[in-house]
Amino acid sequence: MSADVGERLRSAWRRARRRPPALAGALVVLAFAAIALAAPWLAGADPVRTDWGQIRKAPSWTHPFGTDDLGRDIFSRVVWGTRISMQAGVLSILLAMAIGVPAGFVAGYYRGAFDQLIMRLTDAWLSFPFLILAIGLVTILGPSLINATLAIGLGATPLYIRLTRGLVLATEAHEYVQSARAMGAGDGRVMARHIFPNIVSALLVQATVSIPTAIIAEAILSFLGLGVQPPRPSWGTMLNTAQQFLESAPWMAWWPGLAIFTLTLAFNLAGDGLRDLLDPRDY
Amino acid sequence: MLEFLIHRAAISVVTLFVISLIVFTGVRMIPGDPARVMAGTDADDAGLAEIREKYGLNDAVVVQYLRWLRLTVGGDLGESIRTREPVIRTVGRKLPITIELAVLSLLVALAIAIPVGVLSAVRRNSVWDYLANGASLCGLSVPSFWLGIMLILFFSVRLGVLPASGFVPLWEDPVANFKRMIMPAFVLGTALTAVLMRQTRNSMIEILSADYIRTARSKGLAGRVVVFRHAIRNGLIPVVTILGLQMGALMGGAVVTEQIFVVPGFGRLIVEAVFTRDYPLVQGVVLITASAYVLINLLVDVSYTVLDPRIRVAGGGHER
Repeated sequence: MSADVGERLRSAWRRARRRPPALAGALVVLAFAAIALAAPWLAGADPVRTDWGQIRKAPSWTHPFGTDDLGRDIFSRVVWGTRISMQAGVLSILLAMAIGVPAGFVAGYYRGAFDQLIMRLTDAWLSFPFLILAIGLVTILGPSLINATLAIGLGATPLYIRLTRGLVLATEAHEYVQSARAMGAGDGRVMARHIFPNIVSALLVQATVSIPTAIIAEAILSFLGLGVQPPRPSWGTMLNTAQQFLESAPWMAWWPGLAIFTLTLAFNLAGDGLRDLLDPRDY
Repeated sequence: MLEFLIHRAAISVVTLFVISLIVFTGVRMIPGDPARVMAGTDADDAGLAEIREKYGLNDAVVVQYLRWLRLTVGGDLGESIRTREPVIRTVGRKLPITIELAVLSLLVALAIAIPVGVLSAVRRNSVWDYLANGASLCGLSVPSFWLGIMLILFFSVRLGVLPASGFVPLWEDPVANFKRMIMPAFVLGTALTAVLMRQTRNSMIEILSADYIRTARSKGLAGRVVVFRHAIRNGLIPVVTILGLQMGALMGGAVVTEQIFVVPGFGRLIVEAVFTRDYPLVQGVVLITASAYVLINLLVDVSYTVLDPRIRVAGGGHER
């Protein structure tokens, strides 16, 4: 068994090495995760401490990314913002999967009335453009990071319901599932041992695609004032403030946006690579 | 085919019904007295009583829902708390601006995505293909609001060639309108361009390896004729579907784009409504957006059926 896992890992690594962009993407994602974890040690300055003597200073040795309209160090705000973005992105998608995967699983496996109900609900849910739905939910819940994460997670849930349902339907049709059932395996065993292991990789690929979307959604909600509230550093709120000082302090807009762009690009590269890795038939 | 259309329309009606339930419940989930919520904080007791009477808030929830549904279907979405203008009229004023923006961004996206996607597929694995793929990946990853800010920084602040914000109606001064709309349209169209480019490339690659294309080539037809006369028509069918699915993203994207460029459209309206806690307006806007999305997708499905005869034959098999 362990030799098998070792062999699979080695073969995965061989294939990964043939795709330098995907590898680079994965490394950048890991680097951002490390920055998020090590924010207190990396940031240096306090991200919320204002300094009236240092208002809107251009990048320099003491403030490599410059300072903002309240004299706060932009570098340390971008570093702390990484934590907020990663948190919002990962937690919201975990929430979506925690609801969507079981619901889709049951709908696809048992079919029938429950399936119909779930499908009509997801149809309706999917008719709300993601952002408009998130805005609507935040209106009900009130603006905060937790509520934005919740809203993004709930917005992404139907995607996982549909994906899981489709995957379960496709997998269930295979002969080995039928034969497992013929040999007397119960529903629980068929789902856990025969179907789930075969759909987990597709779910994983979808997660790498969804997380950057969720990160951007958090930034947008915060940019609109519906997510993270000042003075907490979030890339979205930083860009919102930066917009007012484009002429006098353009650097305020460079860094947070560049951070979102880099992280999203890295996730997309890594996600593309992961898809190829797990499904070599796809071009 | 008729059976398929009826089936598809029936599903849309059910979806619209569920949407109405979600919106109705959603607004009632806002903490506090619904009459107070609808009337705003400065309403007096008489005003509250009037609202309770008008919307029948003293009745059972089911009765309330049915009445609300009847009013909604008849086009009465209530009135804005702030301006007292009927929601439907406010939306009617704002919507054309957003539609213009969406159409422009769609044109930008199609004008870039289709030629580049087709060329990428025809010259697969060339430098050109790699460049196009890279650009499409960047387009998918760049946050639209940051791109917007960077464009303002470059074209308005640095070069001073395009106005950073504001709006001039198309019929008043088309040139001024275009100058103010081109950056927002580009920003809104970026993600769409990237998605369409990928889709065009992938479906063209698939089509170009199909048997009938090989036959056309082996008959001695020139490559250009094969691509333009035989491949593109079929290659673009999946693109139409993607286009329909992307309409929701376009509507969502308009919210952000209009915010950055201060375009007084539908998207800006919803943000204003949220901030002023103008719940009837939020409710109306969300309901209209979702319904529009359902109808657009119904239209896309219909046009898809017209474009691809195989679906007409397959009929009911389309729905799962």
